[in-house]
Amino acid sequence: MDVLLIHIINSLLYASVLFLIAGGLSLIYGVMRIVNMAHGNLYAFGAYVTAWAVGTMAAGAPVPVLLMLLPVGALAAAILGAILEPTLLRPFYRRAEEYQLLVTFGLLMILEDLMRFIWGPYPLSASEIFENFGSLTIGDVIYPTYNLLVIGVGAAAASFLWAFIYRTRFGVVLRATSQNMRMAAALGVNVNRVYVQAFTLGCFMAGLGGAIIVPSQSAVLGMGIDAVVLAFIVVVIGGLGSLEGALVGAVIVGFVREAGIAWFPEIELAVLYLAAATVLLARPAGLFGRP
Amino acid sequence: MSAPTRVLGQPRAGSSSRALLVAAPIAALLAVVPLVVPPYGAILLAYGLVMAIGALGFNLLLGYTGLLSFGHSAYFGVGAYSVALMVKYLRVGSMELFLLGAIVGSVIVTAVFGIVCVRYTRIFFGILTLALSQVLWSLAFKFFWVTGGTDGLRVPTPSLFGGLVTGAGDKTVFMSHAYYYYVLILFGACVALMWVIVNSPFGMALQAIRDNETRAEFVGVRIWRYRWVAFLVSGVFTGLAGALWVPLNGLTTPDIMHWTFSGELVFMTVLGGFRSFAGPVVGAIVFNYLKTYAVGYTVYWQLVLGVVLVTLVLSLPTGIVGSAEKLLARFQRSRP
Amino acid sequence: MSLLVTKDLVKWFGDTHAVDHVDFSVKPSEVLALIGSNGAGKTTLVNLISGLIRPDGGRILFRDRDVTHQSVHGRIKAGIARSFQLVNLFDQLTALDNVALTIFSREGKTTHLATFASADSAVWDEASEILRLFGLEAKARMLAGGVSQGERKLLDVAVAYALRPKLLFLDEPTSGVSTREKAPIMDTITSVVRSTGISAAIIEHDMDVVFNYSDRIVAMHQGTILADGTPDEIRRNETVITTLIGTTGAP
Repeated sequence: MDVLLIHIINSLLYASVLFLIAGGLSLIYGVMRIVNMAHGNLYAFGAYVTAWAVGTMAAGAPVPVLLMLLPVGALAAAILGAILEPTLLRPFYRRAEEYQLLVTFGLLMILEDLMRFIWGPYPLSASEIFENFGSLTIGDVIYPTYNLLVIGVGAAAASFLWAFIYRTRFGVVLRATSQNMRMAAALGVNVNRVYVQAFTLGCFMAGLGGAIIVPSQSAVLGMGIDAVVLAFIVVVIGGLGSLEGALVGAVIVGFVREAGIAWFPEIELAVLYLAAATVLLARPAGLFGRP
Repeated sequence: MSAPTRVLGQPRAGSSSRALLVAAPIAALLAVVPLVVPPYGAILLAYGLVMAIGALGFNLLLGYTGLLSFGHSAYFGVGAYSVALMVKYLRVGSMELFLLGAIVGSVIVTAVFGIVCVRYTRIFFGILTLALSQVLWSLAFKFFWVTGGTDGLRVPTPSLFGGLVTGAGDKTVFMSHAYYYYVLILFGACVALMWVIVNSPFGMALQAIRDNETRAEFVGVRIWRYRWVAFLVSGVFTGLAGALWVPLNGLTTPDIMHWTFSGELVFMTVLGGFRSFAGPVVGAIVFNYLKTYAVGYTVYWQLVLGVVLVTLVLSLPTGIVGSAEKLLARFQRSRP
Repeated sequence: MSLLVTKDLVKWFGDTHAVDHVDFSVKPSEVLALIGSNGAGKTTLVNLISGLIRPDGGRILFRDRDVTHQSVHGRIKAGIARSFQLVNLFDQLTALDNVALTIFSREGKTTHLATFASADSAVWDEASEILRLFGLEAKARMLAGGVSQGERKLLDVAVAYALRPKLLFLDEPTSGVSTREKAPIMDTITSVVRSTGISAAIIEHDMDVVFNYSDRIVAMHQGTILADGTPDEIRRNETVITTLIGTTGAP
């Protein structure tokens, strides 16, 4: 029973981080109709920056200070996004999708090596926070408290995002642009500004995902590509461009992955792809996608 | 516009004979390479020709069918591992059997992957192919008792032409002469075969699907089937390249299944120009030299690739071959 | 005796009855015009019959065979072809290639992957002949994406015609071209259609075109058929005049 509970918490932990990554990806696609192959690298970037700030720069500082430093990775990813969109992506909106994919794929290669260049080939950790949170006992099992915080942040981010998109003026503009970019432009929406804002917000979410997970798992090379593949599975299941879909997809993938690790550790990834393929064969546009 | 569309499908007797006119001197040039350059140079070129076969296969999807695969490393890897597993479990040493095994292996894998992937286009296709290749990569890691894990599997020098030529003597001599010619012959056969395919009614149907999926369906082309066959042919070409690559390298590791290798295939094709038939071939050979020399200078090879890719797409989207054709056309126009 | 009959055909988009229990028919060898204001359900009806979308109810019979659940491919084989309102061509292929590919497809030759397309001279001769019928022979070697709008419209029809259908649906073959170009385009299309004895159902907004070129007119309104008759009957039909012709501003 307790083991089952641990599995459920683990699934939710995983789902929270996945939602942050996939939600950002889906948001960007929903508004801009562009798929950023390098999205996972922004998550990795967030993880590296936080690990660097917490684990290296402020190592030994009191825990509250370290916690304050946690969002640094998310901010850094947001700034990077705000620079990338106008410089690298904007020239490609009018060109065939192949070119957009190629450019973001090139960006993926650049960011991957750039992080290796800056932080070296070895894992970077910020485990001080993780350790300081200690653990609690659930039944007879000892479980790290920090993981519950991650789930909390994931849930908070989801509700904040929902409120932001459905309850604010900016959300209205965002949704209008995603429905019909030309019409929104004709009605006086500054589409360029909306695009850079949406892209920055999406990158912020990815960076936040990296920042909150890095105390419990080190930042390593290659985490970006793993993340982007999983995030795509999430959005493929949920429907590209739908935030609700990203949430449901993240939860499904979280549970499937946990079950996969528990019962089929060898082919855990294959189980995930199988789940995604099953959803796709049944509903090609995903559970919440517009067909 | 693009070379394949300009040459393709038009009932001009000249199109294929003109291609022969270009191909014949290049073939002759490639044939004398081992006689005039040092063995290392010939082996390097053999690597380039092998990659060219893989890129040619890749571009049947990108250039002709309009599908961008980020997972072709999988089929290259299937070809390579088919050979390595035949050595390990069946003690086979004949290159012809290796090729047969690689074809069978890649047909099976691409047939299954294809069923899932061809229902999707654009980014969905790209991600599905990427995801499936990463699955194979992780399997190659985890089932180490079969695949040798990160250590990989060794492949000894094979015998060629049903045992007529064996690699008994010096390995460098064998690779730079006998094996070089073996690769060259297969390269020629693959280029010729691909040329026929893209100029066949089937090849026209693929281009129709690329240009306009809905209309293709409404002239009676069953798009999933055609995409699936294209996927199969593309994967088998790349698998064949993998099989030819293993003896050259002497070893196969999971690295060749990793997405970064798919990225290299994408890169060489875009470098050469995916809108022209010869683009991927030129791109693969140029890339091979570029990589060999650049890797010696920097460990941040991926970074260099990324920057060049972005610059290429920004400023030279037609690649080397497309740009050269444009220059040539301008040159011809400027003369009376 | 009808070539095509729809019985009680229904299609909803959300709460909108795009096609609302429609009984529609096309007779052999007739040129029929499908009229109605925007949103009347004309294009939806054609999309249903050609197989682009699936109906929510009702049946489609073509030459007495139920094709309601057939694939697009099956309907084409049976003899239903269509053109598109927003021109749908293979833009990076030449005009001749567009038609030739269609012929290859019709003859089941697109499965041939080891023969040169250029070697099949029968196909290329037929493709050239079809281009000549549509007055496009001078554009044969040009990329479909590079010819004028009027020529693209004609090429779109030529591609559909190359399937040798028994029933040809044309979705606004003169939309987006200048008034001066409309008559020549319609002359060309109707002369080809009438000379081969096939049926054509043409969606059209321009009432001059409709009255001049069709044998029969079907008027749609809000997903239902409002009237069905010869051009003279429709011209005198009060309901049609008040609900349709009044709103479209012609003649």
